[in-house]
Amino acid sequence: MKYAGLLVMPAGFFLTLAALALFPDPGRRIAFVLCGLAVEGLGMAVAVRGHMLPRGGSQP
Amino acid sequence: MVPSAAPAVSDAVFALTLALMLLAPMAIAGVALINTGLGRSRSAAQAMLGCLALIAVAAIVFAFIGASLTGSLGLKEVVLHVAGKPWSVLGLGPFLLRGLGAAAPQAQLAVLFEILAVAMLVLLPWGSGADRWRLAAGCASAAVLAAIVFPLASHWIWAGGWLAALGANFSVGAGFLDAGGAATVHVIGGLSALAVVWIAGPRRGKFPKEGLSTAMPGHNAIYVLFGCLLALVGWLAWNMAGAIIWVHAPLAALPGTAINTLLSASGALAATFSVTRFRFGKPDASLCANGWLAGLVASSACAAFASPVGSLFVGGVAGVFTPLLVEVLELALSIDDPTGAITVHGAAGLWGLIAAGFFAPQAGQLLAQLIGIAALLGFFFPLIYFLFALLNRFVPFRVDPDGERMGMDLHEIGGGAYPEFVIHRDESYR
Repeated sequence: MKYAGLLVMPAGFFLTLAALALFPDPGRRIAFVLCGLAVEGLGMAVAVRGHMLPRGGSQP
Repeated sequence: MVPSAAPAVSDAVFALTLALMLLAPMAIAGVALINTGLGRSRSAAQAMLGCLALIAVAAIVFAFIGASLTGSLGLKEVVLHVAGKPWSVLGLGPFLLRGLGAAAPQAQLAVLFEILAVAMLVLLPWGSGADRWRLAAGCASAAVLAAIVFPLASHWIWAGGWLAALGANFSVGAGFLDAGGAATVHVIGGLSALAVVWIAGPRRGKFPKEGLSTAMPGHNAIYVLFGCLLALVGWLAWNMAGAIIWVHAPLAALPGTAINTLLSASGALAATFSVTRFRFGKPDASLCANGWLAGLVASSACAAFASPVGSLFVGGVAGVFTPLLVEVLELALSIDDPTGAITVHGAAGLWGLIAAGFFAPQAGQLLAQLIGIAALLGFFFPLIYFLFALLNRFVPFRVDPDGERMGMDLHEIGGGAYPEFVIHRDESYR
Protein backbone atom coordinates (compact mmCIF):
# COMPACT_ATOMS: atom_id res chain seq x y z
CA MET A 1 0.00 0.00 0.00
CA LYS A 2 2.78 2.42 0.95
CA TYR A 3 4.54 2.14 -2.35
CA ALA A 4 1.60 1.24 -4.61
CA GLY A 5 0.16 4.74 -4.45
CA LEU A 6 3.52 6.32 -5.19
CA LEU A 7 3.93 4.02 -8.18
CA VAL A 8 0.49 4.99 -9.50
CA MET A 9 1.31 8.71 -9.44
CA PRO A 10 3.78 8.62 -12.38
CA ALA A 11 1.04 6.96 -14.46
CA GLY A 12 -0.98 10.16 -14.08
CA PHE A 13 2.05 12.18 -15.12
CA PHE A 14 2.46 10.07 -18.26
CA LEU A 15 -1.19 10.67 -19.09
CA THR A 16 -0.52 14.40 -19.13
CA LEU A 17 2.53 13.87 -21.34
CA ALA A 18 0.39 11.75 -23.67
CA ALA A 19 -2.15 14.54 -23.82
CA LEU A 20 0.55 16.92 -25.05
CA ALA A 21 1.98 14.51 -27.59
CA LEU A 22 -1.25 13.05 -28.96
CA PHE A 23 -3.89 15.74 -28.94
CA PRO A 24 -3.40 19.11 -30.58
CA ASP A 25 -6.91 20.32 -29.80
CA PRO A 26 -7.36 21.98 -26.40
CA GLY A 27 -10.55 20.16 -25.39
CA ARG A 28 -9.08 16.65 -25.44
CA ARG A 29 -5.86 17.92 -23.93
CA ILE A 30 -7.65 19.41 -20.96
CA ALA A 31 -9.69 16.23 -20.47
CA PHE A 32 -6.56 14.07 -20.54
CA VAL A 33 -4.63 16.37 -18.23
CA LEU A 34 -7.52 16.37 -15.75
CA CYS A 35 -7.64 12.56 -15.95
CA GLY A 36 -3.90 12.50 -15.27
CA LEU A 37 -4.32 14.71 -12.22
CA ALA A 38 -7.19 12.50 -11.02
CA VAL A 39 -4.95 9.43 -11.29
CA GLU A 40 -2.26 11.26 -9.33
CA GLY A 41 -4.83 12.20 -6.70
CA LEU A 42 -5.87 8.57 -6.45
CA GLY A 43 -2.25 7.51 -6.05
CA MET A 44 -1.73 10.14 -3.36
CA ALA A 45 -4.82 8.95 -1.50
CA VAL A 46 -3.55 5.36 -1.54
CA ALA A 47 -0.10 6.50 -0.38
CA VAL A 48 -1.63 8.53 2.47
CA ARG A 49 -3.76 5.58 3.49
CA GLY A 50 -0.73 3.28 3.40
CA HIS A 51 1.27 5.60 5.64
CA MET A 52 -1.43 6.18 8.23
CA LEU A 53 -0.36 4.79 11.58
CA PRO A 54 -2.41 2.60 13.81
CA ARG A 55 -3.02 4.53 17.04
CA GLY A 56 -0.04 4.21 19.34
CA GLY A 57 2.29 3.69 16.40
CA SER A 58 4.54 6.51 17.53
CA GLN A 59 5.15 5.00 20.94
CA PRO A 60 8.66 3.58 21.41
CA MET B 1 3.41 40.26 -18.34
CA VAL B 2 4.50 36.96 -19.85
CA PRO B 3 7.92 35.52 -20.63
CA SER B 4 9.55 36.48 -23.84
CA ALA B 5 12.98 35.86 -25.28
CA ALA B 6 15.48 36.94 -22.62
CA PRO B 7 16.52 40.51 -23.37
CA ALA B 8 20.02 41.67 -22.50
CA VAL B 9 19.86 43.44 -19.14
CA SER B 10 21.09 46.99 -18.76
CA ASP B 11 23.60 47.91 -16.08
CA ALA B 12 20.85 49.53 -14.02
CA VAL B 13 18.64 46.44 -14.14
CA PHE B 14 21.62 44.22 -13.34
CA ALA B 15 22.52 46.35 -10.31
CA LEU B 16 18.94 46.48 -9.06
CA THR B 17 18.45 42.72 -9.42
CA LEU B 18 21.74 42.02 -7.69
CA ALA B 19 20.74 44.30 -4.81
CA LEU B 20 17.40 42.51 -4.53
CA MET B 21 19.13 39.14 -4.48
CA LEU B 22 21.27 40.30 -1.58
CA LEU B 23 18.08 40.96 0.40
CA ALA B 24 16.54 37.60 -0.50
CA PRO B 25 18.43 35.65 2.22
CA MET B 26 16.22 37.46 4.74
CA ALA B 27 13.50 35.03 3.67
CA ILE B 28 15.85 32.13 4.41
CA ALA B 29 16.66 33.63 7.82
CA GLY B 30 12.95 34.01 8.51
CA VAL B 31 12.22 30.39 7.65
CA ALA B 32 15.15 29.26 9.84
CA LEU B 33 13.73 31.21 12.80
CA ILE B 34 10.26 29.80 12.18
CA ASN B 35 11.66 26.24 12.01
CA THR B 36 13.49 26.74 15.29
CA GLY B 37 10.63 28.43 17.11
CA LEU B 38 8.09 25.79 16.15
CA GLY B 39 10.30 22.95 17.41
CA ARG B 40 10.88 22.08 21.05
CA SER B 41 13.34 23.90 23.31
CA ARG B 42 15.50 20.80 23.78
CA SER B 43 16.14 20.67 20.00
CA ALA B 44 16.48 24.40 19.27
CA ALA B 45 20.25 24.60 18.84
CA GLN B 46 20.30 21.50 16.65
CA ALA B 47 17.50 23.00 14.55
CA MET B 48 19.37 26.28 13.95
CA LEU B 49 22.74 24.62 13.42
CA GLY B 50 21.00 22.25 11.02
CA CYS B 51 19.69 25.21 9.02
CA LEU B 52 23.23 26.52 8.57
CA ALA B 53 24.67 23.08 7.81
CA LEU B 54 21.98 22.23 5.26
CA ILE B 55 22.40 25.57 3.50
CA ALA B 56 26.17 25.01 3.35
CA VAL B 57 25.83 21.48 1.97
CA ALA B 58 23.22 22.53 -0.58
CA ALA B 59 25.27 25.51 -1.79
CA ILE B 60 28.44 23.44 -2.19
CA VAL B 61 26.72 20.52 -3.94
CA PHE B 62 24.74 22.83 -6.18
CA ALA B 63 27.86 24.78 -7.15
CA PHE B 64 29.81 21.59 -7.87
CA ILE B 65 27.14 19.53 -9.65
CA GLY B 66 23.64 20.98 -9.65
CA ALA B 67 24.35 24.23 -11.47
CA SER B 68 25.69 22.35 -14.47
CA LEU B 69 22.47 20.31 -14.74
CA THR B 70 20.14 23.30 -14.59
CA GLY B 71 21.62 24.64 -17.79
CA SER B 72 21.39 28.27 -16.71
CA LEU B 73 24.96 28.87 -17.89
CA GLY B 74 24.06 27.60 -21.34
CA LEU B 75 26.27 25.33 -23.45
CA LYS B 76 24.40 22.06 -24.11
CA GLU B 77 21.17 20.36 -23.10
CA VAL B 78 19.69 16.87 -23.40
CA VAL B 79 16.79 17.10 -25.84
CA LEU B 80 14.42 14.24 -26.64
CA HIS B 81 12.34 14.40 -29.82
CA VAL B 82 8.86 13.00 -29.27
CA ALA B 83 5.84 13.57 -31.52
CA GLY B 84 7.95 15.83 -33.69
CA LYS B 85 8.65 18.27 -30.84
CA PRO B 86 11.82 18.91 -28.85
CA TRP B 87 11.61 18.09 -25.11
CA SER B 88 14.56 19.58 -23.24
CA VAL B 89 14.94 17.45 -20.12
CA LEU B 90 18.37 18.31 -18.70
CA GLY B 91 20.99 21.02 -18.99
CA LEU B 92 24.65 20.21 -19.50
CA GLY B 93 26.69 23.19 -18.44
CA PRO B 94 30.24 23.27 -17.09
CA PHE B 95 30.85 21.65 -13.70
CA LEU B 96 32.18 23.61 -10.70
CA LEU B 97 30.66 26.83 -12.07
CA ARG B 98 33.49 27.21 -14.52
CA GLY B 99 32.88 30.08 -16.89
CA LEU B 100 30.58 31.88 -14.49
CA GLY B 101 32.55 35.12 -14.64
CA ALA B 102 32.48 35.18 -18.43
CA ALA B 103 28.78 34.35 -18.68
CA ALA B 104 26.16 36.91 -19.67
CA PRO B 105 24.95 39.07 -16.76
CA GLN B 106 21.44 37.57 -16.82
CA ALA B 107 22.92 34.05 -16.65
CA GLN B 108 24.98 35.03 -13.60
CA LEU B 109 21.88 36.44 -11.93
CA ALA B 110 19.99 33.24 -12.76
CA VAL B 111 22.67 31.11 -11.07
CA LEU B 112 22.64 33.37 -8.01
CA PHE B 113 18.85 33.09 -7.82
CA GLU B 114 19.08 29.30 -8.11
CA ILE B 115 21.70 28.90 -5.41
CA LEU B 116 19.57 30.94 -3.00
CA ALA B 117 16.50 28.98 -4.06
CA VAL B 118 18.13 25.65 -3.28
CA ALA B 119 19.24 27.03 0.11
CA MET B 120 15.62 27.86 0.88
CA LEU B 121 14.36 24.53 -0.47
CA VAL B 122 16.45 22.35 1.84
CA LEU B 123 15.19 24.17 4.97
CA LEU B 124 11.57 23.21 4.36
CA PRO B 125 11.81 19.44 5.05
CA TRP B 126 14.27 20.18 7.88
CA GLY B 127 11.54 21.96 9.82
CA SER B 128 9.07 19.13 9.31
CA GLY B 129 11.54 16.56 10.60
CA ALA B 130 12.21 18.61 13.74
CA ASP B 131 12.88 16.79 17.03
CA ARG B 132 13.68 13.41 15.43
CA TRP B 133 15.55 13.89 12.12
CA ARG B 134 19.30 13.39 12.48
CA LEU B 135 21.62 16.16 11.33
CA ALA B 136 23.71 13.83 9.16
CA ALA B 137 20.59 12.56 7.40
CA GLY B 138 19.37 16.13 6.91
CA CYS B 139 22.68 17.08 5.28
CA ALA B 140 22.58 13.99 3.05
CA SER B 141 19.04 14.80 1.93
CA ALA B 142 20.10 18.39 1.21
CA ALA B 143 22.85 17.03 -1.02
CA VAL B 144 20.35 14.84 -2.89
CA LEU B 145 17.95 17.74 -3.37
CA ALA B 146 20.73 20.07 -4.55
CA ALA B 147 22.38 17.55 -6.88
CA ILE B 148 19.40 15.86 -8.52
CA VAL B 149 15.91 17.11 -7.71
CA PHE B 150 16.29 20.88 -7.78
CA PRO B 151 18.47 21.01 -10.93
CA LEU B 152 15.90 18.94 -12.83
CA ALA B 153 13.04 21.14 -11.65
CA SER B 154 14.95 24.33 -12.31
CA HIS B 155 15.84 23.26 -15.83
CA TRP B 156 12.31 22.17 -16.67
CA ILE B 157 10.66 25.28 -15.25
CA TRP B 158 13.16 28.15 -15.44
CA ALA B 159 16.08 27.36 -17.72
CA GLY B 160 14.28 26.61 -20.98
CA GLY B 161 13.19 23.03 -20.26
CA TRP B 162 10.07 21.40 -21.68
CA LEU B 163 7.71 22.96 -19.13
CA ALA B 164 9.05 26.46 -19.82
CA ALA B 165 8.70 25.77 -23.56
CA LEU B 166 5.09 24.54 -23.44
CA GLY B 167 3.97 27.79 -25.05
CA ALA B 168 6.52 27.75 -27.87
CA ASN B 169 6.30 24.02 -28.64
CA PHE B 170 2.68 23.14 -27.90
CA SER B 171 0.89 26.52 -27.91
CA VAL B 172 -0.11 26.04 -24.26
CA GLY B 173 -0.24 29.53 -22.74
CA ALA B 174 3.16 31.13 -22.18
CA GLY B 175 4.66 27.93 -20.79
CA PHE B 176 4.60 26.99 -17.13
CA LEU B 177 4.93 30.21 -15.09
CA ASP B 178 6.70 30.28 -11.74
CA ALA B 179 8.35 33.65 -11.29
CA GLY B 180 9.14 33.44 -7.58
CA GLY B 181 9.84 29.75 -7.02
CA ALA B 182 6.44 28.53 -5.87
CA ALA B 183 7.01 25.25 -7.72
CA THR B 184 10.79 24.81 -7.74
CA VAL B 185 11.22 25.81 -4.09
CA HIS B 186 7.99 25.62 -2.16
CA VAL B 187 5.97 22.80 -3.69
CA ILE B 188 9.07 20.63 -3.99
CA GLY B 189 10.02 21.61 -0.43
CA GLY B 190 6.53 20.75 0.83
CA LEU B 191 6.57 17.39 -0.95
CA SER B 192 10.06 16.69 0.44
CA ALA B 193 8.68 17.50 3.89
CA LEU B 194 5.90 14.95 3.39
CA ALA B 195 8.43 12.32 2.31
CA VAL B 196 10.59 13.01 5.38
CA VAL B 197 7.62 12.88 7.75
CA TRP B 198 6.50 9.55 6.30
CA ILE B 199 9.95 8.01 6.33
CA ALA B 200 11.08 9.29 9.76
CA GLY B 201 7.68 8.79 11.39
CA PRO B 202 6.00 10.99 14.02
CA ARG B 203 7.60 12.25 17.22
CA ARG B 204 7.51 9.92 20.19
CA GLY B 205 4.17 10.19 21.96
CA LYS B 206 2.56 12.33 19.26
CA PHE B 207 -0.20 9.85 18.49
CA PRO B 208 -1.14 7.97 21.67
CA LYS B 209 -3.23 4.81 21.62
CA GLU B 210 -6.32 6.59 22.85
CA GLY B 211 -7.73 10.06 22.39
CA LEU B 212 -6.61 12.89 20.18
CA SER B 213 -3.03 13.49 19.09
CA THR B 214 -0.80 15.12 21.70
CA ALA B 215 -0.31 18.88 21.31
CA MET B 216 3.39 19.73 21.07
CA PRO B 217 3.43 23.50 20.75
CA GLY B 218 6.42 25.40 19.43
CA HIS B 219 8.77 26.62 22.13
CA ASN B 220 9.14 30.27 21.10
CA ALA B 221 6.32 32.23 19.46
CA ILE B 222 8.51 35.33 19.21
CA TYR B 223 11.05 33.55 16.99
CA VAL B 224 8.18 32.39 14.82
CA LEU B 225 6.48 35.77 14.48
CA PHE B 226 9.71 37.70 14.03
CA GLY B 227 10.67 35.11 11.42
CA CYS B 228 7.49 36.05 9.57
CA LEU B 229 8.54 39.72 9.50
CA LEU B 230 12.02 38.83 8.25
CA ALA B 231 10.48 36.55 5.65
CA LEU B 232 8.39 39.44 4.30
CA VAL B 233 11.53 41.48 3.52
CA GLY B 234 13.13 38.55 1.77
CA TRP B 235 9.97 37.63 -0.12
CA LEU B 236 9.52 41.15 -1.48
CA ALA B 237 13.06 41.00 -2.87
CA TRP B 238 12.65 37.42 -4.05
CA ASN B 239 9.44 38.03 -6.00
CA MET B 240 10.75 41.19 -7.65
CA ALA B 241 14.07 39.58 -8.60
CA GLY B 242 12.24 36.50 -9.92
CA ALA B 243 9.95 38.68 -12.01
CA ILE B 244 12.99 40.35 -13.61
CA ILE B 245 15.01 37.18 -14.16
CA TRP B 246 12.37 34.61 -15.16
CA VAL B 247 9.56 36.60 -16.78
CA HIS B 248 11.60 39.64 -17.84
CA ALA B 249 9.30 42.10 -16.12
CA PRO B 250 9.94 45.78 -16.84
CA LEU B 251 11.04 47.96 -13.92
CA ALA B 252 7.68 49.73 -13.95
CA ALA B 253 5.98 46.45 -12.98
CA LEU B 254 8.06 45.89 -9.85
CA PRO B 255 6.18 48.12 -7.38
CA GLY B 256 3.00 46.23 -8.29
CA THR B 257 4.74 42.92 -7.68
CA ALA B 258 5.88 44.09 -4.25
CA ILE B 259 2.44 45.42 -3.35
CA ASN B 260 0.83 42.16 -4.47
CA THR B 261 3.24 40.19 -2.28
CA LEU B 262 2.34 42.22 0.79
CA LEU B 263 -1.39 42.09 0.02
CA SER B 264 -1.30 38.33 -0.40
CA ALA B 265 0.38 37.86 2.97
CA SER B 266 -1.99 40.37 4.58
CA GLY B 267 -5.07 38.69 3.15
CA ALA B 268 -3.80 35.33 4.36
CA LEU B 269 -3.11 36.59 7.87
CA ALA B 270 -6.52 38.25 8.12
CA ALA B 271 -8.20 35.04 6.96
CA THR B 272 -6.26 32.75 9.31
CA PHE B 273 -6.78 35.17 12.20
CA SER B 274 -10.53 35.07 11.56
CA VAL B 275 -10.73 31.31 11.09
CA THR B 276 -8.77 30.52 14.26
CA ARG B 277 -10.67 33.19 16.24
CA PHE B 278 -13.94 31.61 15.08
CA ARG B 279 -12.85 28.03 15.79
CA PHE B 280 -10.94 28.43 19.03
CA GLY B 281 -12.35 31.66 20.47
CA LYS B 282 -8.93 33.34 20.25
CA PRO B 283 -6.50 33.78 17.35
CA ASP B 284 -3.74 31.15 17.31
CA ALA B 285 -0.26 32.67 16.99
CA SER B 286 1.50 29.75 15.31
CA LEU B 287 -1.35 29.12 12.87
CA CYS B 288 -1.46 32.85 12.07
CA ALA B 289 2.27 32.67 11.32
CA ASN B 290 1.56 29.68 9.08
CA GLY B 291 -1.18 31.67 7.34
CA TRP B 292 1.10 34.67 6.77
CA LEU B 293 3.77 32.42 5.29
CA ALA B 294 1.19 30.60 3.14
CA GLY B 295 0.15 33.97 1.70
CA LEU B 296 3.78 34.76 0.86
CA VAL B 297 4.24 31.33 -0.74
CA ALA B 298 1.10 31.72 -2.85
CA SER B 299 2.35 35.15 -3.96
CA SER B 300 5.55 33.56 -5.24
CA ALA B 301 3.61 32.12 -8.13
CA CYS B 302 1.31 34.97 -9.04
CA ALA B 303 2.49 38.31 -7.61
CA ALA B 304 3.94 39.24 -10.99
CA PHE B 305 0.66 38.63 -12.81
CA ALA B 306 -2.25 39.25 -10.44
CA SER B 307 -4.04 42.49 -9.67
CA PRO B 308 -3.95 43.86 -6.10
CA VAL B 309 -7.50 42.64 -5.47
CA GLY B 310 -6.60 39.29 -7.01
CA SER B 311 -3.58 39.00 -4.71
CA LEU B 312 -5.74 39.75 -1.70
CA PHE B 313 -8.10 36.98 -2.82
CA VAL B 314 -5.27 34.50 -3.42
CA GLY B 315 -3.85 35.21 0.02
CA GLY B 316 -7.29 35.04 1.62
CA VAL B 317 -7.97 31.60 0.20
CA ALA B 318 -4.54 30.39 1.36
CA GLY B 319 -5.24 31.82 4.80
CA VAL B 320 -8.56 29.98 5.06
CA PHE B 321 -7.37 26.54 4.04
CA THR B 322 -4.04 26.63 5.91
CA PRO B 323 -5.32 26.18 9.49
CA LEU B 324 -7.95 23.70 8.33
CA LEU B 325 -5.50 21.56 6.37
CA VAL B 326 -2.92 21.63 9.19
CA GLU B 327 -5.63 20.22 11.45
CA VAL B 328 -6.76 17.59 8.95
CA LEU B 329 -3.20 16.37 8.34
CA GLU B 330 -2.55 15.99 12.05
CA LEU B 331 -5.87 14.74 13.37
CA ALA B 332 -7.24 12.72 10.47
CA LEU B 333 -4.16 11.55 8.59
CA SER B 334 -1.63 11.12 11.45
CA ILE B 335 0.95 13.33 9.76
CA ASP B 336 3.25 14.94 12.33
CA ASP B 337 4.52 18.12 10.67
CA PRO B 338 5.77 20.51 13.41
CA THR B 339 6.24 23.50 11.10
CA GLY B 340 3.26 22.83 8.82
CA ALA B 341 5.56 22.94 5.77
CA ILE B 342 3.42 20.44 3.85
CA THR B 343 0.47 22.80 4.02
CA VAL B 344 2.25 26.15 4.08
CA HIS B 345 4.72 25.47 1.29
CA GLY B 346 3.25 22.48 -0.57
CA ALA B 347 -0.47 23.22 -0.63
CA ALA B 348 -0.18 27.02 -0.74
CA GLY B 349 2.40 26.76 -3.52
CA LEU B 350 0.04 24.57 -5.56
CA TRP B 351 -2.80 27.03 -4.99
CA GLY B 352 -0.59 29.94 -6.09
CA LEU B 353 0.36 28.10 -9.27
CA ILE B 354 -3.29 27.48 -10.11
CA ALA B 355 -4.11 31.12 -9.36
CA ALA B 356 -1.32 32.23 -11.70
CA GLY B 357 -3.15 30.31 -14.43
CA PHE B 358 -6.23 32.45 -13.86
CA PHE B 359 -4.43 35.79 -13.61
CA ALA B 360 -1.80 35.53 -16.37
CA PRO B 361 -3.08 37.25 -19.52
CA GLN B 362 -2.11 34.49 -21.96
CA ALA B 363 -4.94 32.24 -23.21
CA GLY B 364 -4.58 28.61 -22.13
CA GLN B 365 -2.34 29.48 -19.19
CA LEU B 366 -4.38 27.43 -16.72
CA LEU B 367 -3.69 24.28 -18.76
CA ALA B 368 0.05 25.02 -18.68
CA GLN B 369 -0.10 25.41 -14.91
CA LEU B 370 -2.01 22.13 -14.53
CA ILE B 371 0.58 20.30 -16.63
CA GLY B 372 3.32 21.71 -14.40
CA ILE B 373 1.43 20.63 -11.29
CA ALA B 374 1.02 17.14 -12.77
CA ALA B 375 4.81 16.99 -13.20
CA LEU B 376 5.38 18.11 -9.61
CA LEU B 377 3.00 15.54 -8.14
CA GLY B 378 3.45 12.68 -10.58
CA PHE B 379 7.17 12.86 -11.24
CA PHE B 380 8.96 14.84 -8.55
CA PHE B 381 7.11 13.53 -5.50
CA PRO B 382 7.72 9.81 -6.20
CA LEU B 383 11.31 10.65 -7.21
CA ILE B 384 11.93 12.48 -3.91
CA TYR B 385 10.25 9.77 -1.85
CA PHE B 386 12.23 6.91 -3.37
CA LEU B 387 15.52 8.83 -3.24
CA PHE B 388 14.93 9.60 0.44
CA ALA B 389 13.82 6.02 1.18
CA LEU B 390 17.03 4.78 -0.44
CA LEU B 391 19.07 7.31 1.51
CA ASN B 392 17.39 6.20 4.72
CA ARG B 393 18.93 2.74 4.26
CA PHE B 394 22.45 4.17 4.32
CA VAL B 395 22.00 7.20 6.60
CA PRO B 396 19.09 6.46 8.96
CA PHE B 397 16.78 9.46 9.22
CA ARG B 398 15.44 8.88 12.69
CA VAL B 399 17.38 9.40 15.87
CA ASP B 400 17.38 6.49 18.35
CA PRO B 401 14.72 6.53 21.11
CA ASP B 402 17.20 7.62 23.78
CA GLY B 403 18.31 10.55 21.69
CA GLU B 404 14.74 11.63 21.10
CA ARG B 405 13.94 11.39 24.80
CA MET B 406 17.07 13.35 25.72
CA GLY B 407 16.55 16.01 23.05
CA MET B 408 18.41 16.57 19.81
CA ASP B 409 20.62 19.28 21.31
CA LEU B 410 22.25 17.10 23.94
CA HIS B 411 22.25 13.99 21.76
CA GLU B 412 23.64 15.49 18.57
CA ILE B 413 25.66 18.55 19.53
CA GLY B 414 26.34 17.96 23.20
CA GLY B 415 24.86 21.15 24.58
CA GLY B 416 21.47 22.82 24.85
CA ALA B 417 20.26 26.10 23.42
CA TYR B 418 19.06 27.26 26.84
CA PRO B 419 21.40 25.63 29.36
CA GLU B 420 19.95 27.38 32.42
CA PHE B 421 16.36 26.34 31.64
CA VAL B 422 14.61 23.17 32.80
CA ILE B 423 14.13 20.79 29.87
CA HIS B 424 10.69 19.18 29.66
CA ARG B 425 10.47 15.42 29.37
CA ASP B 426 7.96 13.74 27.07
CA GLU B 427 5.78 12.90 30.05
CA SER B 428 5.20 16.64 30.54
CA TYR B 429 2.96 16.64 27.50
CA ARG B 430 0.60 13.92 28.65
